[in-house]
Amino acid sequence: MKYIDEFNDPDLARRLLDEIRATATRPWALMEVCGGQTHSIIRHGIDQLLPENVELIHGPGCPVCVTPLDVIDQALEIASRPDVIFCSFGDMLRVPGTDRDLFRVKGEGGDVRVVYSPLDALELARRNPDREVVFFAIGFETTAPANAMAVHQARRLGLSNFSLLVSHVRVPPAIEAIMTSPECRVQGFLAAGHVCSVMGTGEYPGLAERFGVPMVVTGFEPLDILEGIRRAVRQLERGEHRVENAYPRAVREEGNPAAVRMIEEVFEVTDRNWRGIGRIPLSGWRLADAFRAYDAEHRFDVGGIRTEEPAECRSGEVLQGLIKPTECAAFGTTCTPRTPLGATMVSSEGACAAYYLYRRMNAPTPQADRAAREEMNPVA
Amino acid sequence: MPEQLAETVDPANWSCPAPLRDQGVVVMGHGGGGALSAELMEQVFTPAYGNATLAGLADSAVLELGGARLAFSTDSYVVRPLFFPGGCLGDLAVNGTVNDLAMSGAEPAYLSAAFVLEEGVGLTVVERIARAMGAAAEAAGVTIATGDTKVVESGHGDGVYVTTAGVGLVPDGVDIRPQRARPGDAVIVSGPIGLHGVAIMSVREGLEFGVEVASDTAPLAGLVAAMLAVTPDIHVLRDPTRGGLAASLNEIARASGTGVRLRERAIPVPDAVANACGFLGLDPLYVANEGRLVAFVPPAEAEGVLAAMRAHPQGTGATLIGECVADHPGMVVVATGLGGTRVVDLPLGEQLPRIC
Repeated sequence: MKYIDEFNDPDLARRLLDEIRATATRPWALMEVCGGQTHSIIRHGIDQLLPENVELIHGPGCPVCVTPLDVIDQALEIASRPDVIFCSFGDMLRVPGTDRDLFRVKGEGGDVRVVYSPLDALELARRNPDREVVFFAIGFETTAPANAMAVHQARRLGLSNFSLLVSHVRVPPAIEAIMTSPECRVQGFLAAGHVCSVMGTGEYPGLAERFGVPMVVTGFEPLDILEGIRRAVRQLERGEHRVENAYPRAVREEGNPAAVRMIEEVFEVTDRNWRGIGRIPLSGWRLADAFRAYDAEHRFDVGGIRTEEPAECRSGEVLQGLIKPTECAAFGTTCTPRTPLGATMVSSEGACAAYYLYRRMNAPTPQADRAAREEMNPVA
Repeated sequence: MPEQLAETVDPANWSCPAPLRDQGVVVMGHGGGGALSAELMEQVFTPAYGNATLAGLADSAVLELGGARLAFSTDSYVVRPLFFPGGCLGDLAVNGTVNDLAMSGAEPAYLSAAFVLEEGVGLTVVERIARAMGAAAEAAGVTIATGDTKVVESGHGDGVYVTTAGVGLVPDGVDIRPQRARPGDAVIVSGPIGLHGVAIMSVREGLEFGVEVASDTAPLAGLVAAMLAVTPDIHVLRDPTRGGLAASLNEIARASGTGVRLRERAIPVPDAVANACGFLGLDPLYVANEGRLVAFVPPAEAEGVLAAMRAHPQGTGATLIGECVADHPGMVVVATGLGGTRVVDLPLGEQLPRIC
């Protein structure tokens, strides 16, 4: 896939980095909202290559992490039932509820299956008329259209054994929540490209104007991210706060109208709890009344499961850039990658785990980093 | 309104979920070749068997027996589907154990084959697997010398399970084990990575990645012999199966107390594997291989070993991907294509497709 290789070109990356370095005259803090972008930034080491005065704050854009504890507990309850085939995206299986996760339910005999699309779950429902098939519909605006389509299809096909356990969340209210936090340090946003490819950019000018922050719609390859950062820094230096589209190959201003219509037909906006954050008004979707028959929460009567979240770690503050991981009392003592208290310590991509690993490492030292860079980008 | 929002969102109470490590029951991750597998070894099996031979935790044990040095290894093979592009359960069952022996520098000689069959499985299926095992054994130059068959009731198995054990002789002057990695060693991989894992995923999940990806299952004893002909002083060999290159390199780094530094752009990832991993949100470094090895070789021998590997049919794609370092002991670090670095940790269990 040579096309993608071009978005990894080290020469172009160096030029973008030079330009960012030349543009930034003072410290700026940008937030990438989307977990996919966080992943790409860590994977390619972009955060280490930026000048010291451009800081990236990793936002709460991982739908797996923000799915609330009581919804996970509802999922575990439903998945434990012998008449149910419980279908989920893979990375939800390891997210803990109060005392177990979906892997544990599977280990105890529950029929839990990883699928790659809600339409796969729909097909399972068609082939297993004597079983209840439930799909765990989580995610941001990106996954909502396909989930809406699955319910739409279920009704068209007259499948009464298919339902969704819905915990959809929306990005703009989360940005609003972050910006209204009294200690907010975010001065500009990299808006999530995939979300905007569905919803368009119409929801963002109001936020940019109201909070005085540039919002640059950004893609996911290394050069996409550097270009998003370059444009956001350029706006900040000029005192501007506009919505800019740095991902035009995937995002149109109007988004994908057919997908938006599908969402609006099947879902309705609702308040949502975000795990580790709290309740954010109008920040999610649930199934609209007309599709209530396909709502697993009602079908299996698990709406009564309400779980209080134990506040174990301060990763929420890390996510907002309010504290560095090293400022948390649990860091490196009771909380390590082997015994993590929070998702930011779980994988090497989490901010806390990255700090833990790099702090323990004598290398890469600045010299080793420089040597590696020179090796890969020989100075002519 | 913003003011109301500030009241509902209290950053001081933000927290994140962490995976549960103490399950109390066996979960799929215990077989994933990552941290959960290692914990099962450390907490259950090693204390129960407690002996110095087992503590080496290499792919095969090297035993002194009757004046000979014998490599001894066993492995169970469970794969769905039983037949996949590039091979079948039978090929894996022979090549996997042959390769485990070869990773000690041994010349594999004899295998055992124990079948657990599920009631109701077609005899033609069993026959195809057995024939594939015979052909793979012939290709690898080993003899299947003993075996066993058990049948479980319908619904109590997954069609066919095979366990093979194998023995081979370790030549004099050869001492290959993870503890021998030394700072300065060249880290070499014998060819493109991730093909087996992607081949299995494509048929298991019905995913199409544009081109058919075939498993790389192959016996590696011949390739190892060609490498040893250059120098008997190869420090470490590993076949990166479950958990992929990342798991193997982490195990070597931890066993030897050294660090590993890779150059991302040097790692041979076929386009089909890169595309499949991009689509599923997986990292090729964690995807299984069945016909690849990773070698730690003294720097003075690296060029000769690489040339010998490239001259062998199983090593045409051999590539120098990094080196063993004294820094960050126990850790694997990748220098990214852009010039940054990232840590490649031991996976917890199985890699999971990401939603985002």
